[in-house]
Amino acid sequence: MFDLSLEELVQQIKSRQITAQSVMTAVYKNIESYEEQLKAYCTIIEKRRAMELAAVVDAKAKNGEVLGKLAGIPVSIKDNICIQDPQLKTKCGSKILENFYAPYNATVVEKLIQEDAIIIGKTNLDEYAMGSSTENSAFQITKNPWDPERVPGGSSGGAAVSIAAQMALLALGSDTGGSIRQPAAFCGVTGIKPTYGVVSRYGLVAYGSSLDQIGCLAKSAEDCEYGLRVIQGYDPHDSTSAQVEYGDAPSIDLSEQKFCIPQEYMDADAADDDVISSMMELIETLKQAGATVEERSFPFTNLLIPTYYILAFAEASSNLGRFDGIRYGVRKEGDSTLESLYKTSRSNGFGAEVKRRIMLGTFVLSAGYYDQYYGKANKVRTFIEQEVEKILAEFDCIIGPVSPFPAFKLGEKTEDPLSMYLADVYSVLANLARIPAISLPTKPSASQLPIGTQLMGRKFQDSQLLATAAAIQKITSDHQQTPNMLHK
Amino acid sequence: MEFEPVIGLEIHAQMATQSKIFCNCSTEFGKPPNANTCPVCLGLPGVLPVLNKQVLEFAVRLGLATNCTIRLDSQFARKNYFYPDLPKAYQISQFDRPICENGWLNVDVNGQTKKIGITRIHMEEDAGKLIHGDGDDDCSYVDLNRAGVPLLEIVSEPDIRTPEEAKAYMEKIHSIVCYLGVSDGDMEKGNLRCDANVSLRLAGQEEFGTRTETKNLNSFRFIQQAIVYEIARQKEELLDGHEIVQETRLWDSDKKITYSMRSKEEAHDYRYFPDPDLPVAHITQGWVDSIAETLPELPDAKRQRFINQYGLRLEDASVLVAEQSIADYYEDVAAHQVNPKTVYNWVIMEMGRVMNETRKRIGELGISTNHLAELIGLIEDNSISGKIAKAVFEEMLKNNQSPHVIVEAKGLKQISDEGALGQQIDEILESNPAQVEQYRAGKTKVIGFFVGQIMKATKGQAHPQIVNQLLKQKLDL
Ligand SMILES: [Zn+2]
Repeated sequence: MFDLSLEELVQQIKSRQITAQSVMTAVYKNIESYEEQLKAYCTIIEKRRAMELAAVVDAKAKNGEVLGKLAGIPVSIKDNICIQDPQLKTKCGSKILENFYAPYNATVVEKLIQEDAIIIGKTNLDEYAMGSSTENSAFQITKNPWDPERVPGGSSGGAAVSIAAQMALLALGSDTGGSIRQPAAFCGVTGIKPTYGVVSRYGLVAYGSSLDQIGCLAKSAEDCEYGLRVIQGYDPHDSTSAQVEYGDAPSIDLSEQKFCIPQEYMDADAADDDVISSMMELIETLKQAGATVEERSFPFTNLLIPTYYILAFAEASSNLGRFDGIRYGVRKEGDSTLESLYKTSRSNGFGAEVKRRIMLGTFVLSAGYYDQYYGKANKVRTFIEQEVEKILAEFDCIIGPVSPFPAFKLGEKTEDPLSMYLADVYSVLANLARIPAISLPTKPSASQLPIGTQLMGRKFQDSQLLATAAAIQKITSDHQQTPNMLHK
Repeated sequence: MEFEPVIGLEIHAQMATQSKIFCNCSTEFGKPPNANTCPVCLGLPGVLPVLNKQVLEFAVRLGLATNCTIRLDSQFARKNYFYPDLPKAYQISQFDRPICENGWLNVDVNGQTKKIGITRIHMEEDAGKLIHGDGDDDCSYVDLNRAGVPLLEIVSEPDIRTPEEAKAYMEKIHSIVCYLGVSDGDMEKGNLRCDANVSLRLAGQEEFGTRTETKNLNSFRFIQQAIVYEIARQKEELLDGHEIVQETRLWDSDKKITYSMRSKEEAHDYRYFPDPDLPVAHITQGWVDSIAETLPELPDAKRQRFINQYGLRLEDASVLVAEQSIADYYEDVAAHQVNPKTVYNWVIMEMGRVMNETRKRIGELGISTNHLAELIGLIEDNSISGKIAKAVFEEMLKNNQSPHVIVEAKGLKQISDEGALGQQIDEILESNPAQVEQYRAGKTKVIGFFVGQIMKATKGQAHPQIVNQLLKQKLDL
């Protein structure tokens, strides 16, 4: 059943060729086998409850009741998405929210429930989605199923692992600068960051508000499209959500597609040979399918990292102010003063990476530095957005690596945050330019680690981009590979 | 040394919207703590603000009424600081792109008209409030009912020079926000309050001196008193050779002094930046124009019309238009073809006195405009004297009856019948021959004695002019 697409699976559940309970049983069997080692989930609902929910779907199917588009599908959601559930906290990987149960549902959660999806758990992440390895979680370290000595990527590391180890069939993650695509690449799954504004952010605990976007991870572009179709849509609770009609998936003829490779991305010093060669193989496939592939210069590439981090850190420093121990979360009193309450609660509650980003963000917004940093970064962002728009007027997609290297060893880069920041050079472009981007598994590394290549499309043409990715996956098989541990 | 005060006011007006600025919670006053809250105004993780359209409209209304330029692409910004009454640790306000800029209005002080510039008007959310336990309870409690209630902040240019001008400016703003319906202007509830920036400079000097900001002045009197105090205090400091400390101060209305708040407050760097959760508030000139068409007649225009239409003096018209309900009441009474000057006297002197005594608004006194017009009509057609009218008015306050009914029921109608009055006069003249002699001997002032006697005999209901006339006829025989 793990080979079926989500659409086929739901169809079969509805027509009772397969039961939601058997799907749930299979997923929980994987959870029982791998979760203890992989630690993808922060919280998981009890199997008994999951089975009850699946039984409800089966009963509805039996009674011929109308069932939603995700009927009976076990879905994982990243632990920075709020859900009102007595068994599921929203901890954001942070000690300060250790005891926090959200009293409301994120819009995406409402949409999932409306379509009869079964949310089985919350996946681990870097604290407040700040990181690229899921090592910055205050609670646990998630392992890569392809090699448990390696990181799954981040910050949606748990989400990617839940898909890679078949412990969920659809995962919702969030992507601020690559947080869906990079773990998807590290874990050999497909992940999309939609156009900014396509999916409501209401209920997503904010990191960099102007960059954050909720998206899907799944085993294929087709499944990502299926999930995104459910969670997208204008939301009156989110003023940045777009009132744009999400079109039907077009049929794509790859021979009519024009792909652009940024010259700067071909720089052999910037990425591992394996990564470049994986991307080149995809390009070769595209050329063989008759697609046009051309190089263009992206002279602003060296501006991406500073621009992205200034904006993200600045917004984060403000967004994380509310975690003060006053109204919810963990309070540490300190001495009896208010200032001490703030300092002690926040010093104890936040991890090192979060503190680093809050401090840098506070600095770039401070009086006398605003114009030099935040103001300038915003101008550069607008410039980049316009330049990318020009390129996408000529091309259907921009193609590039997701990460300069495949999954690295646990602990390998924790002492060098700067090199981790620099590794986001390929992924942050889509967030800055607000365009959709998808990471596809392409040829693995020499040591059989997954590698992802990304396609970036035009604003609000997410379904077009996903259809292109699906067309590629029809003629390739890298996305069908699964980790060895699943075959034992 | 001669000093010149330089004063600017920052006024906060709570908007009269039904719901909060970024969520659907009610703005109703006086609910139990935290009854008017939701995930958005509690600042829970993951929530987002959605602008209440009414807030934008109110801001535009006030901007138009104060001659401001309306910005069609204004922007919200976050003002970051920590305090338990601020659930997001930032206040959503406006910074470098406020909705209204470069306005002005005129105020009248001692017969002089002065133009005061308005730097900007912007929209923002209010914070909650802290309630500190008393006695053994050493906890502080947070009530977020007020968090997210919409405010307009109106910042004046430092054009104000005297405490009287400051008070007049605040009164004008109060009057305008009430006319527009953008705020109920209830200063006792803190729905209109102001911070006063005061500095002194040597007469003739160009640059400003160091200023202090006195916060949260919530009555016209406090504004004036606080500024008077602050000017005197700064003058004394300067004459003693001290420098003025730039600081935030508070007004103690019991001791009638300003005092310094913790100077740490001054160290704040609010790290303003555009709120990424709220797109630029785009509005169209067409929408602004349509709002302009719905603006009511504002106090200055109404005053000019009252002068022209009712022949009132400038000062009297100013008093009438300060509050729209009084101006409307006045016009309703005046529409009954009665003397507008008399109407002014009744509305401002008599009803004004009762409003002051009872702290009620004009509509709450129980005297309809028809009844007041009737009462004035009774005076004008000599049915009752002015003195009787005041007694009738007191009755009207008590039982809301029509003055006709009261006059009939109590038999208060003025006696103007010359026959009946003549008979009375004859009787009084007969029983007071000594006074008649005095009069005829040239001491004509004694006529007052006779008038008094007749009034006494008629319980004040005799028509005084007719009595005078008849007395003279009879005595001068
Ligand atoms: Zn609310």
